[in-house]
Amino acid sequence: MNTLLNILILIPLLGFLTSLFAPKRNEVIISRIAFFSVGIQLAGIFFFTGYWLLNGYPTLNINDIVLFSSLDYVFFIDFSFDKITVVYSLVGAMLTFLVTIYSRYYMHREASYKRFFSTILFFYLGYTIAVFAGNFETLFIGWEILGICSFLLIAFYRDRYFPVKNAIKVFSVYRIGDVGLILAMWMSHHLWHTNITFIQLDTYELYHEAFETESWIGVFISMALLLTAAAKSAQLPFSSWLPRAMEGPTPSSAIFYGSLSVHLGVFLLMRTFPFWEQQFSVRVVIGLLGLSTSIIASLIARVQSSVKTQIAYASIAQIGIMFIELAAGFENLALFHFTGNAFLRTYQLLVSPSSVSYLIREQFFNFKPRRQTIEDSFPKKIEYTIYMWSVKEWNLDAFIYRFLWKPLKVAGKQLRFLSVKQLFYYFIPAYTIGLIILYFQDNILKEVHDYLAASFGIIGFIGVLKSFSERKDPRMAWVLIVMTHFWISLAISFNEHFKYTENLMYISGIIIAGIVGYFCIRRLRRFETNLDMNRFHGHAYEHPKIALVFLISSLALAGFPITSTFIGEDLIFSHIHETQFVLAFITSMCFIINGLALIRMYARIFLGPHEKTYHETPYRSS
Amino acid sequence: MELHDVSNKNGSSAAFDEHKVLHDLRHYLPAQAPLKDFIHHNTLHAFQNLKFYDGLRNASSIFGYKVSLSISEYRSLYSSGRIREDILEKIITEKKGAASKPEWLKNVLHKNYDTSVSPRIGQLRANWKKLFHLDLDFPVHPILFRVLCSYLDQGVSIWNFPVSDKGFLKSIIEIESQSYTSFFRSERPRKLLLENKSSIKDLLKILVGDESFYYQYLFDQQFAHQGWSGMVATVEHQPESFLDPKKICLKDLIIFELLLEIDALDSKFGDIWGPLCSKIENPPQDIFEFVPSSELSEVMSIWQDAYEWSYYDDVLAGLKQENKSHENNGSFAHKSFQAMFCIDDRECSIRRYLEKGDPNCETFGTPGFFGVEFYFKPEHGKFHTKLCPAPVTPKFLIKEIGTHGKLETDAHHSKKNNSLIVGWLLSQTLGFESAYRLIMNVFRPSMSPATANSFKQMDKFAHLTIENKNTADTEDNLQIGFTIEEMANRVEGLLKSIGLVKDYAPIIYVVGHGSSSVNNTYYAGYDCGACSGRPGSVNARVICFMANHPEVRKILADRGLIIPAESQFIGGLHDTTRDEVDFFDEENLNSKNAEDHKKNKSVFYKALDLNAKERSRRFESINTSESAEKIHGKILIRSVSLFEPRPEYNHATNALCIVGSRDLTKNLFLDRRSFMNSYDHKIDPEGKLLFNIMKPLGPVCGGINLEYFFSRVDNHKLGAGTKLPHNVMGLFGVANGADGDLRPGLPSQMIEIHDPVRLMIIVEQRPEVVLQVIQKVPEVYEWFINEWIHLVALDPKTKEFHLFEEGQFSIYNPTKGRVDSVLNMMPILEKEKENIQVYSIK
Repeated sequence: MNTLLNILILIPLLGFLTSLFAPKRNEVIISRIAFFSVGIQLAGIFFFTGYWLLNGYPTLNINDIVLFSSLDYVFFIDFSFDKITVVYSLVGAMLTFLVTIYSRYYMHREASYKRFFSTILFFYLGYTIAVFAGNFETLFIGWEILGICSFLLIAFYRDRYFPVKNAIKVFSVYRIGDVGLILAMWMSHHLWHTNITFIQLDTYELYHEAFETESWIGVFISMALLLTAAAKSAQLPFSSWLPRAMEGPTPSSAIFYGSLSVHLGVFLLMRTFPFWEQQFSVRVVIGLLGLSTSIIASLIARVQSSVKTQIAYASIAQIGIMFIELAAGFENLALFHFTGNAFLRTYQLLVSPSSVSYLIREQFFNFKPRRQTIEDSFPKKIEYTIYMWSVKEWNLDAFIYRFLWKPLKVAGKQLRFLSVKQLFYYFIPAYTIGLIILYFQDNILKEVHDYLAASFGIIGFIGVLKSFSERKDPRMAWVLIVMTHFWISLAISFNEHFKYTENLMYISGIIIAGIVGYFCIRRLRRFETNLDMNRFHGHAYEHPKIALVFLISSLALAGFPITSTFIGEDLIFSHIHETQFVLAFITSMCFIINGLALIRMYARIFLGPHEKTYHETPYRSS
Repeated sequence: MELHDVSNKNGSSAAFDEHKVLHDLRHYLPAQAPLKDFIHHNTLHAFQNLKFYDGLRNASSIFGYKVSLSISEYRSLYSSGRIREDILEKIITEKKGAASKPEWLKNVLHKNYDTSVSPRIGQLRANWKKLFHLDLDFPVHPILFRVLCSYLDQGVSIWNFPVSDKGFLKSIIEIESQSYTSFFRSERPRKLLLENKSSIKDLLKILVGDESFYYQYLFDQQFAHQGWSGMVATVEHQPESFLDPKKICLKDLIIFELLLEIDALDSKFGDIWGPLCSKIENPPQDIFEFVPSSELSEVMSIWQDAYEWSYYDDVLAGLKQENKSHENNGSFAHKSFQAMFCIDDRECSIRRYLEKGDPNCETFGTPGFFGVEFYFKPEHGKFHTKLCPAPVTPKFLIKEIGTHGKLETDAHHSKKNNSLIVGWLLSQTLGFESAYRLIMNVFRPSMSPATANSFKQMDKFAHLTIENKNTADTEDNLQIGFTIEEMANRVEGLLKSIGLVKDYAPIIYVVGHGSSSVNNTYYAGYDCGACSGRPGSVNARVICFMANHPEVRKILADRGLIIPAESQFIGGLHDTTRDEVDFFDEENLNSKNAEDHKKNKSVFYKALDLNAKERSRRFESINTSESAEKIHGKILIRSVSLFEPRPEYNHATNALCIVGSRDLTKNLFLDRRSFMNSYDHKIDPEGKLLFNIMKPLGPVCGGINLEYFFSRVDNHKLGAGTKLPHNVMGLFGVANGADGDLRPGLPSQMIEIHDPVRLMIIVEQRPEVVLQVIQKVPEVYEWFINEWIHLVALDPKTKEFHLFEEGQFSIYNPTKGRVDSVLNMMPILEKEKENIQVYSIK
């Protein structure tokens, strides 16, 4: 049974890899690869489920590959199979299968036909890994793939302004969700002193004891998970990203933002349900979040005057209800609700262009000048106020901007005085000093020693802030990001047990990616003299290859699961003590903002309307 | 030359004139009506007062549009032979003289040009970003679009804009004044709004400062979202294009937007900012200053001419050849049936196949409203729709009575899905039906209530109130039906205009056309343009009723039109997407005709199969070498497939309009690229009938042609881009995503196979008569004198072509001697996907 399960998970990986080698303009081959890889997997899951049911539906868990192990740390890929996996994987495979057939004709003659299908398959791979994941680490791999694919799918029409801008916006929110997951993983390392599987969460005794003494750990992990779930499922206060994700071709919006991607927050809560089940306060918070989201999102949905945004908010409201259902302990109901909602929203989005002829015709025969709604019975002042709030989407977008991104931007701006040269003047001596201190760390006073790690972490954090808000020189931004990783590795080195090999594991990926990316920028500068970060340049139009290489090196640098850095990041957290909140916070912030700065850099240089106007270019407002 | 009669310099000498700027804005903004009334028009209508190439050059420099293919596209067309070498050289010689030919040939073929466009529009307002480091569009556009869309919404939202009967600005004032919150973030603009005393000028004083820049500032501002502004200007002008009427004007929009701009500045800078002009050192150029021609623009116009004439020359050579071989091809003894179709380019091929299937039949082309103009009110309908060309305002109403069946509904389009509690129930019930529907739609597409189906326009078994017996019988100030006299006038007009004045066949079909598609926001653009973007079934039925009416026949006979009593008219509808046809009132046929009709029907069905086969060569998903019946089956599925963004190609590739006898073109293969209007010069020596034919050709055929032209050459700015990510806004327009501007124009899926060439009208009539006809009305003449449409007169006597240039006709001899002849087109059709040259069919 376990081998079968492994094969099931390998199919989308194979499909994705094959699609990369398909000829660019051959629509038949490209769509067939998608058709077969998703189709075979769908059939596979179907039969496997039958077989599994006949065998008395045991909860499966396979500890698959150990990627890294040391004395007290093991990083392993783990898959599991239970009813949640069955429902999520079946719904996902079915929708993806239908939509690949749908898109085969729908996307005909689109210049980026191949890019579309490759991204879909990659997304589907991420989805499969996430729903089959048996532990946090594996889930996180899937999660990361989903995040970057969302970015690529939303920015599918990369020569226009809004898709690129909104892709960055959605990616940022996802990144916030990632913080939650990283912190939850960090704390759970300390709770169990090992990487545990989801199946072990079921054994209440495992952490019951720990909770007795330190109940805040349980609350902390649950809240971190809730943050991740809320970001992914567009709950308050993140809701406004979902309608803005509808920038890609309709079928991709339909399955990913109408159904699969957006329901993964619910999935995470279901997966971890046994963990927070016993914590009443957590359940209340989840329920209240769901309740307030469903009320506010449905108010916003009611005033939406465009078809897709209305469906998006309506879907958010239903997901809010799923949160309530889960908090109340009705897990099966939530699963059922998920299935129905996923199909309904996908179909609604797919037929959304039909609404013009359908609704106009309906109106033609059933027109009433002004439909009365429940709100008309409110006092005028209340009615108008709620209406205006809802049109303004309860200022959610502005709220996120003001409390999350603006402070970072302002802080980064304070560092405007730094130039590349100065950076080297400050940073290289400082780093050298750091290394010297590290070498003699045994001779340092214990009180000072305790603060060293955090202090170096903060220097790295300053660098990444500067990079995030850099508007002039992309080389500077790039170097700063590379250096941040060095600062972090230095900082963690002050914690015991962080060995040379572990350090190398973390840094090796960084060095290669850093060099490749730097040469991409240098090469581009040979063609394009004016390469600032003040606007979108759209250079992917003329330099698609540089764009691709740069994207890959950015991903590597952001700790995407393609180099050893990914495991290194997890390792680093295992070495941060549960009392080192500042260090944990700073390190996770570094990772998060790093990723954002990289994606922002990639977008500004390579995406958006092309700055050269010898060919057709779109309006900014389109 | 003056660019635009009212837009003189907006320099410092001119005081700000609100009325003028609003007028000028309306002139230049896109004029596309809401989706349900999608009607093709010249996208650059604002420049039509200039010569074609002058207009293009100006439009490009002012608004940044790309107005032709790129130079590399032309060059590759040249190297592939689609642009002919001899034509290119001829055009250079004509334009530049033989002496400079080598130099220009080098320029055209090899010289490198910088073809970047930096438009004048937006330069002034760009200073906010340059000098104030504030991108004003960023905070202003999203809230502006959202409020605007909520106000104009025709039925998407569940909870409508709370106040709507007062006009846009007044409604906003009303809700702002009675609310705990505000659309603004700062105090001053809210106060200014509530006081409602500020004019555009007052607000511009705060924002811009220097009065001489106001004009340009407003252009910059409105053209930053020309889709929305164009929609507002259109709705202000034609409020009836909304079923749910909304009072709005451009002025209100501008005032609200200016307030939002002040708000953005106030909330960013507090009270420490001054007007824009206080900081500007180099004032930008006047946007409407005439753009002189350049070497590049000359090169581009040479290429465009060469491209167009490489095709036209072929067509004229073909016509010349046919004309020689078919001389004195008089009427034949017995005609099995006659059929009238719309002039639409899509009916070109079905006529060819009918004539092939039954060589004794005769076909005609005429605008698809068949000369009857009226409003139509379906039974239970709450409104009436116009069924005639858009500029006409009919005085008649036709009502449908005694329908069967009910309006079908689809719960998936119900807004209840999107409410909280009901949505909770529906998502767990209907959601599972969605899965089923999705599977069916992917594997077995079929007709659904959401399909826009041309046959649904009218219940064919219902009764229509066509005859008016008492002129006092009115509804909504419209006379219900036509009197006998009015009917006779219309039948007479129609028959004479197409030259059907004798030799009537026993059955005369009048076939309107419409289209069926699903998931297509542009559905109205696929129907009949002469019926205001609706199917032509009602018109076909109405004109047949009139022509069959004994009283009408009597009057007609008095006027010399003697239609034998056994000749019967029968209406029908051709669905151009599905290639289906349906006939109306068949039961009225006499027994002999009923018999013949049965036979004719099989000719129609066969022709439809073949027509589907011919069309299928453009569709990737269909193998054209399969049998016609099989292909037809696939075409039917295609029309109801949710995932098919190209149910048909509509008017793509249109390039010609031939006004004359069918004998001219009967044996020519024109590849569905020609509008065809039947006309008999022999009964119209003075061009009286011709005038009525020529008058709508500019706006209808020219409009279609130029909309395809411009959407093709700049699909981003003049077209709607790809339709795959489109989001329906308020049921009247589409935008990309959630926060985008409305996208007027045609999506890339409609224009991708279109060759951007101007329309050439070929009229079979003496050139002096044609000249006199087009000069009668300045609006008609403008199309030709300014070269937005090419015009050729084919002298029926001398058989010589006369090309209209610079206000006069001069003889044109096709440089190509002969076009290729072919016995059967099918083998060529089966293998060629691109446009096919003109062939003579033996």
